[in-house]
Amino acid sequence: MTLIATESLTKTYGGRVTALTDLTVAVEPGIIGLVGANGAGKSTLIKILLGLLPPTSGRVSVLDLDPTTDPAAVRARVGYMPEHEALPPDLSAAELVTHLGRMSGLPRTVARERASETLRHVGLYEERYRPVGGYSTGMKQRVKLAQALVHDPDLLLLDEPTNGLDPAGRDAMLALVHRIGTEFGISVLVCSHLLGEVERICDTLIAIDGGRLLRADRIDAMTSATDLLAVEVSEGTDQLAGRLAALDLPVTRDGRMLLVPLVDERTYDLILGVVAELDLPLHRLDQRRHRVAELFAPREPSNA
Amino acid sequence: MPEPTGVIHDIGYQRYTGPRLGRRHVFGALYGHGLRTVFGLGRSAKAKIFPWLVVGIVTVVAAGVTAVRSQLGQVVMTYAQFADAMSWLVIFFVAVAAPELVSRDLRSGVLPLYFSRPLPRDDYALAKLLSLVSAIWLLLGGPQLVMFLGAAFTTPDGLRGTWNELLDLLPGLLYAGLWAVVFAAIGLLVASLTGKRAFAAGGIVAVFLMTTPVVGVLSILPSRAVNELAYLASPSTLVGGVGTWALGDLLVPADQGGGIPIGSFGPVYAIVAVLLVSACTALLLLRYRKVAAR
Repeated sequence: MTLIATESLTKTYGGRVTALTDLTVAVEPGIIGLVGANGAGKSTLIKILLGLLPPTSGRVSVLDLDPTTDPAAVRARVGYMPEHEALPPDLSAAELVTHLGRMSGLPRTVARERASETLRHVGLYEERYRPVGGYSTGMKQRVKLAQALVHDPDLLLLDEPTNGLDPAGRDAMLALVHRIGTEFGISVLVCSHLLGEVERICDTLIAIDGGRLLRADRIDAMTSATDLLAVEVSEGTDQLAGRLAALDLPVTRDGRMLLVPLVDERTYDLILGVVAELDLPLHRLDQRRHRVAELFAPREPSNA
Repeated sequence: MPEPTGVIHDIGYQRYTGPRLGRRHVFGALYGHGLRTVFGLGRSAKAKIFPWLVVGIVTVVAAGVTAVRSQLGQVVMTYAQFADAMSWLVIFFVAVAAPELVSRDLRSGVLPLYFSRPLPRDDYALAKLLSLVSAIWLLLGGPQLVMFLGAAFTTPDGLRGTWNELLDLLPGLLYAGLWAVVFAAIGLLVASLTGKRAFAAGGIVAVFLMTTPVVGVLSILPSRAVNELAYLASPSTLVGGVGTWALGDLLVPADQGGGIPIGSFGPVYAIVAVLLVSACTALLLLRYRKVAAR
């Protein structure tokens, strides 16, 4: 099954502002990261997927349904967490999530049960009976996530779920999203302008810029070919580099570290053998994944 | 060995496979929620003060009218007149209830959470409208029922008297329904234009009050036709005009002057009332088309 597929999807506002241009992408279920700068068209894409905005041209399907012709069927199976503040301050989280569960068609008692269950899953316990107005930003984000989950969707659309959170809160939110995608068995589309964040939890990455597709692929396909081993010794770095080069390993220096392409398991043994032979104090030896960011890094400015 | 008890097992996330209700149930849930919101049920104590104060006042007035009637045997006001007499309270009630229903949602940004669900955006607006209509109707109809019960139990004519009383009550309830529909449609449209509750409340009161002087001016112009059509200009007098035409002396007994002098323009009043309600509803739906796309 294809989770989300678009074909030459284009959206222009009022014939002047272009939000999406000729976007063609198809992704499988899993955790999908949608990355792009502010204004790249992420929110527009989400609104089209929800059937809230009609595309100017092109085709789109979500869970093999067409949001332009049957938005209600799509929305019944999708949960949406908006980017902006979206909670009435004087309701408690339990009441709000219960009400929104009923708006998704859950019977009254089921809505109440699932509301407290989903709030527990996102980490809200006794606080859920207090008015949302007194919550911290982290708790509000959790409530927004819970309301997207309450009707047990097959796909979650999360628009900047880590917005406004401190580093610890970001980690907690990302861990939660990862758990939803793996343990709960619900596909997730996470929108973010921070690549470093989503690449930690995603299987698939879609990068858009200025409404155009930069790249869409599985994350392992993006990173596998570029793994490096980083070796750092307290002394004798030059000596080590010389010996490794003599073993036909293409060594490059990166500050105090040596970077060696990881061909297979034997690369470890070779390096360790040389270090032991030279009796050097080994500081670190670890696998350094090429960060996906480097794949999208802007070209060096010519006048630099 | 006895099984350990009281252990809480985290059974993890459970997928939901039970029934999912259709559009009609969701509409009903939203309608019920709106009706509760208007009367502050399930909300903070502060939100309950005003609606229940108004309910208290109209009930006390109805009880007083009933008491006077049973003691003196004289009809102080007809059922329909009761609605007219309470028009000021209804205006303030709408000015508080309508922003509570729609402005709050606009301000808190909760609408994307509604519109990302299967519920169509027209349903959202219509459910809110229907709950405001019902709330106003209950506000005016409840006291009429009190008056009816009082009159029915004290009538000297037995069952016959009760039956006559019921025949008087039903047009009164219909008239209250007209009030409810006209006021809710206008009030909700005004409230849906702004997320600030104070502005919305002020706007609603302004629409109802600023139009009253217009009626006053038009009704003293030296033209009979203009005088008789003057009452179209304000929602309150428009409702009164329709009532005068449709209910005649059930609204205002002939010995009290016979209602608003609309001459033979009664049908015009009815048509204008229908057009006004339709236009307000259509604009409300249009408004939510725009809001939903944001």
